[in-house]
Amino acid sequence: MGEGVARFWREIPQRYNFIGDRCGSCERIFFPPKESCPFCRRKSMGKMKEIKLSGKGEIVTYTIIHVGPEDFEEQVPYPIAIVKLEEGPQITAQIVDCNIDEVKIGMKVESTFRKIRQDGSTGAIYYGYKFKKRC
Amino acid sequence: MAIMEKVGIVSYGANIPRWRIKVEDIASIWGKDGKVISKGLGINEKSVPSFDQDTATISVEAARAALKRCNINPQDIGAIYIGSESHPYAVKPTGTIVGEAIGATPDLMVADYEFACKAGTAAIQSCTALVKAEMIKYGLAVGADTSQAAPGDALEYSASAGGAAFIIGKDNVIASINHTISFTSDTPDFWRRAQRKYPSHGGRFTGAPAYFKHITSCAINLMRNAGTKPEEYDYAIFHQPNGKFPVSVAKELGFTYDQIKQGLLVPYIGNTYSGASLIGLASVLDVAKPGDRIFLTSYGSGAGSDAFDITVTEKINDLFRENAPSVFQMVEDKEYIDYGMYTKVSELLFWE
Repeated sequence: MGEGVARFWREIPQRYNFIGDRCGSCERIFFPPKESCPFCRRKSMGKMKEIKLSGKGEIVTYTIIHVGPEDFEEQVPYPIAIVKLEEGPQITAQIVDCNIDEVKIGMKVESTFRKIRQDGSTGAIYYGYKFKKRC
Repeated sequence: MAIMEKVGIVSYGANIPRWRIKVEDIASIWGKDGKVISKGLGINEKSVPSFDQDTATISVEAARAALKRCNINPQDIGAIYIGSESHPYAVKPTGTIVGEAIGATPDLMVADYEFACKAGTAAIQSCTALVKAEMIKYGLAVGADTSQAAPGDALEYSASAGGAAFIIGKDNVIASINHTISFTSDTPDFWRRAQRKYPSHGGRFTGAPAYFKHITSCAINLMRNAGTKPEEYDYAIFHQPNGKFPVSVAKELGFTYDQIKQGLLVPYIGNTYSGASLIGLASVLDVAKPGDRIFLTSYGSGAGSDAFDITVTEKINDLFRENAPSVFQMVEDKEYIDYGMYTKVSELLFWE
């Protein structure tokens, strides 16, 4: 078993379905979910509630990767963006299904379910979100 | 012969990867006349999955499109059956990934199906029976593939990627499944042995004793049992391994080109295997009106056919069809790649 299997399995709700959480004290929304609110600290204990985010947002900034890490070398050049989700949290993700010169700051995007990486040809396959231009 | 009452399609969705490669570009690599091959096969171009697309991602996207179009709670889906011959894992069901990704887990039945290009229609039959038996409220049936072809093989011109998903139930049925029937025999026209990357096939043997015999026998049996004739259908869909076979079998059975053209996608996206006839059905449902009657016959090598007699209901007007792209919108949303990129993405390159 690849060493990443258990970790990936724990993160399936957020990777597949954008399950974040909301602080019951200050109402801030977090993604990925947090055990406690970094602003309210002790006051948030036991008050963090799961929330499903829309998976929609817009590009805050981006870069084009020309020298990719292992498992991504064959995909270069490809865009990586910071996406601000409609609910507020900002996340880093790959942008797909468009030419790299189409990617723009402010572009509306939505999540799409894709293969992220795999543990070689015999290991587990890890799926999750990437983003594409919103229809 | 199963006669269905008030059971049918509640919603549907499809997914087709954006990348395309032209048949002429593939032919030129092998020193063939691309125009002749393209015309002979009736295929202009085929869809190609990107680095990060496989049968699981296509199934999830198609299932999510189906859910966007209706208002059902995914927790009410009691069964998921995924038909494919390119499941990402040999052992670990694609349906588990799809179930988790659409929020249907954990209280449901899941299994992966394999019957060459008809595994998706077999999944619809299973879901239909489970709903009729009141064992489940809704079932999700998917047919999807990222089909493989050996370099230089005739299949390389057609083997493509795509899929469609159908939610089957009794409430708010947009298209009732009036009848379904199958025709099966041991006919070795096409196969892939265990642990082999590419399929093998019997060349011309895939025609008359395989595709044509099974589709015509199944289609005739269905119309005999349903008491219908070809002219009573507004649309007909047949499995489409190339652009010629479905047109020929339709003509042989007495259907016109006008009846099959809305569900004939193979000229634009190639043969999506388990997705082929089901993407055709999704395309028909994109434009269907209440009262329209649909005839569908799939074909899976090995060999067998599943036939369906379907009637579109008034409820189709309540479906949010615009909430997901239509099949022809996905056909038009494309980006061409050359054969070099195709070899890279299809894992035809090897190095040590």
